[in-house]
Amino acid sequence: MKVAVLVFPGSNCDWDCVHAAEQTIEGAVVDRVWHTTDTLEGYDLIMIPGGFSYGDYLRSGAIARFAPVMQAVAKAAAEGVYVLGICNGFQILTEAGLLPGALRRNTGLKFRCHSSQLHVANADTAFTSGYAAGEVIDIPIAHGEGNYYCEDAVLEQLKARNQIVFTYTDNPNGSVADIAGVINEQGNVLGMMPHPERAVNSLLRNEDGIRLFTSIMKAWRERHAIVG
Amino acid sequence: MFKAKVYVTTKANVLDPQGAAVQQALHTMGYSAVDDVRIGKYMELTFDTTDRAQAEAELEQMCKKLLANPVVEDYRYELED
Amino acid sequence: MQSLAKTKAEQQSMEMAKAVIAKEPTPEQIAEERIYATMGVSDSEYEIICSLLSGRKPNYTEIGVFSVMWSEHCAYKNSKPLLRRFPTTGERVLVGPGEGAGIVDIGDGQAVCFKIESHNHPSAIEPFQGAATGVGGILRDIFSMGARPVALLNSLRFGQLSDERVRYLFEHVVEGIAGYGNCMGIPTVGGEVMFDASYEGNPLVNAMCVGLIDHKDIQSGVAKGIGNPVYYVGPPTGRDGIHGATFASEELTEESEAKRPAVQVGDPFMEKLVMESCLELIKSGIVIGIQDMGAAGLTCSSAEMASKAGNGLELNLDEIPQRERGMTPYEMMLSESQERMLFVIEEKNEPIAMEIFNRWGVICRQVGRVTDDGRLRLVFDGEVVADMPVKGLVDDCPVYDKPAAEPAYYQANAAVDTTSYPAVSDLNDALLRVLGSPTVASKEWVYSQYDHMVGTNTSVSPGSDAAVVLVRGTRKALAMTTDCNGRYVYLDPNVGGKIAVAEAARNIVCSGAEPLAITDNLNFGSPEKPDNFWQMQQSVDGMAEACRHLSTPVIGGNVSLYNENAKGAIYPTPVVGMVGLVHDVDHITTQGFKQEGDIVLLLGATKAELGGSEFQLVVHGVTEGRPPAIDLDVESRLQRTVLESIQQGYVQSAHDLSEGGLAAAYAECCISGRIGATGNVSMEGLRSDIALFSESQSRVLLSIRPAHVETVKAVCAKYEVPVQQLGVVGGERIQLKVNGVSAIDVTREEAERAWKDAIPCLMR
Repeated sequence: MKVAVLVFPGSNCDWDCVHAAEQTIEGAVVDRVWHTTDTLEGYDLIMIPGGFSYGDYLRSGAIARFAPVMQAVAKAAAEGVYVLGICNGFQILTEAGLLPGALRRNTGLKFRCHSSQLHVANADTAFTSGYAAGEVIDIPIAHGEGNYYCEDAVLEQLKARNQIVFTYTDNPNGSVADIAGVINEQGNVLGMMPHPERAVNSLLRNEDGIRLFTSIMKAWRERHAIVG
Repeated sequence: MFKAKVYVTTKANVLDPQGAAVQQALHTMGYSAVDDVRIGKYMELTFDTTDRAQAEAELEQMCKKLLANPVVEDYRYELED
Repeated sequence: MQSLAKTKAEQQSMEMAKAVIAKEPTPEQIAEERIYATMGVSDSEYEIICSLLSGRKPNYTEIGVFSVMWSEHCAYKNSKPLLRRFPTTGERVLVGPGEGAGIVDIGDGQAVCFKIESHNHPSAIEPFQGAATGVGGILRDIFSMGARPVALLNSLRFGQLSDERVRYLFEHVVEGIAGYGNCMGIPTVGGEVMFDASYEGNPLVNAMCVGLIDHKDIQSGVAKGIGNPVYYVGPPTGRDGIHGATFASEELTEESEAKRPAVQVGDPFMEKLVMESCLELIKSGIVIGIQDMGAAGLTCSSAEMASKAGNGLELNLDEIPQRERGMTPYEMMLSESQERMLFVIEEKNEPIAMEIFNRWGVICRQVGRVTDDGRLRLVFDGEVVADMPVKGLVDDCPVYDKPAAEPAYYQANAAVDTTSYPAVSDLNDALLRVLGSPTVASKEWVYSQYDHMVGTNTSVSPGSDAAVVLVRGTRKALAMTTDCNGRYVYLDPNVGGKIAVAEAARNIVCSGAEPLAITDNLNFGSPEKPDNFWQMQQSVDGMAEACRHLSTPVIGGNVSLYNENAKGAIYPTPVVGMVGLVHDVDHITTQGFKQEGDIVLLLGATKAELGGSEFQLVVHGVTEGRPPAIDLDVESRLQRTVLESIQQGYVQSAHDLSEGGLAAAYAECCISGRIGATGNVSMEGLRSDIALFSESQSRVLLSIRPAHVETVKAVCAKYEVPVQQLGVVGGERIQLKVNGVSAIDVTREEAERAWKDAIPCLMR
């Protein structure tokens, strides 16, 4: 399985994503891909890592979405390639219109970094099949602008189509409907504020994120009829 | 040369936590008449062109594409000589 | 490289600058009107400067350059004699004081690079930017050595949170640190925050950075190779922070509030790009010398780089990237615009460097050359506008050995009997008050604003004795902490200095690591006052002795003087930043109790020592008497006992006893472990309140599986460390008897609430 981890100026979880993918996805070949690249052909999973792309100076993710690589992401997403946006990556995906909604300043106005308990609201996706529906997992957050917003009509749609994948058990940022992560209609683009790549190591005493990566591996194998 | 003043504000129906915090602070300070505070962004752009119509058209595009996020923000601008 | 034709805008800017230069004071005016004095240069120093210029009077740019190079911040003119007392060498020390940061070997061709630095004065004026740029500055110190930063820590001191201005400073300092570190993607993993009225109006913001480096990548800030080009990297220079170094060397007054524009603004996004591009440049192997532009910006970096190589440097100021129009040589040389670096390579390698910086979108421009004449020469619009001897700038600042005098308070305190306070009967209440005191209370409000997990190596997060960061690809890890109890140092600077080092080492040991070395940040009041200078002397002596005893040399640090406000000097606060090596990740140990049925052991002896304690301040409202005594031999034996027991795999949890004594430590073990404990402590002849809250040194609480208790006791016996079996882990209550009499009995939950809610409540 070929994995691309995008690197924008200001990305800072790119290496963490590389390490997590290498560690959890058997046989993964992981490349860091620079923001000026204009093709992502041949990749099976595209990860957009956390950080502060372009300093997040206008709005989080607002400038990154115009990087050449984002056109390639849109194309790959349309072709069904798995795309996982984490934290700043989620913000970029919403700015790029690949996921609905927007991420705004936390209601408490402070950056928050701590462990967070998530409900797996939809365990029937390529990213979450390894979890049980309704299972509560511990995936840490670290963000100042993770307050998910969308209009009521969009929210109804998200609910109706089962696009809400993770919700917070204790909403840390004011997100509507406690949303921590959403998936696109096609089911191949997931954006989430919490950091699964920070929860894959027993020495850091949290391994709840491993199954997110192994779920993707399983989905990819099934798609390509590879027997694991 | 034109100078554009762009105002980006949080949509009326969207919660503005910064504005709420400032309003709270003003009330604490005794300014009880303050009914609502909304915080936005103000940007100044200068255009090196003589074609006003083109500048305005470009400005409109810039606001839509980058300067504001239509999901949560409104914008307006003034173009001055 | 040199631009041949200037653009129209550049010409206009040059004309503007020249018009300003024409109005600058002449060398004669500078002399007659003693303008140098407003820059912090004394009459006698001015005379020396004239003689260094062969009798010529310095012009405005030159006196500006000398004034910053000869400030305390750059020249250590008041502290140098004291700094020489520190041990600075050791088997593992690869780079000691004098470079951007010290470096210590950790085996396998790897090393750890670390340093602490203060940004007290800027933070007092503009807390967000002051703290943010403090973080930015210490990061550059680390990556300019070639090391990749892996962790940040902060040692902070504020007045009491009941004061509105203190709350404002506290809130914005924390936000500033978070804003910079989070954006850079370097985890802020630890540090300390203490509150005391003495820091009101003069907060302390000391930032420490720890980096990893391979031996072969170690850099030096040298301008070697006559004729080699010198390059400027980073954002254009503006008028930020002019005279920042001098500002840091003055007392804070009403007037300094008016100097507000002097504070620089940080851009962590730019720093991230500068860091990545510079580390890539260093990895390419072409760098001859590299140094960051910190205090005194271009002046200090260019002069020091030339000095270390014994060479000269010529800078063409027309080539300096400028953010503002009409900047004069004086302004360019003294600007403290952030995120800038200076480096030297061979000319033939320029394309390699340019490719890297272009890719990262970072400005890099050739601005000068290494010369053989030992002069720092500045050229502006084709004319030499300053010409000074490098050695004179760097080495010839007079060093002052200030008079020291034992302050009256010191003797008066000797007579205070801290055992004569009326006995406190409600010990539960006393415990909850101590746990709820902001100095002891949970700092979650602070560190939850810091991204302490980015990098996915933070094995022990903030809140335990020391933070632990894994060294990826190895079984090793680094433990790190900062420590200093200013109250102890105030009451007895020598003892307090020893304790600062000993406690830092104890924290490192409790996390399962072997202490390696320290970096120190000496925060004191004005050295012009004999009382203050005596405090400096005494505490440095105490620290130096502890460093020798515990084999933790000083590999670098920072001095911040003139920390005073209208009410007087701050408590003397020589902060110790220490790094230790965890030899195997299996040794990583935290403070929380782990398992029901584990046995709690108290190592070390408890004496009636309430002087300077948290209990004394919180319950009796005073800080007086003598601080706890410390015997460095006992301390060293205790630490060997604890480390050996951990390394043998016998220890479930370890926590050092510090502020709040046994009672607070015991409660913290329960709160962190989310489990209660029951026990009895035997302290013959000690009153219960003293037994529980005394802050006697060289004590540690361990929890041990029952099967290993006798083995650990045997280790204690081997090192002649007193040990007593205190109790057992389990249940939901925190219970502790003293000499068989019930003393503490609270639910874990109420203790946790008192401890956790204290700071959030005060900040609401």
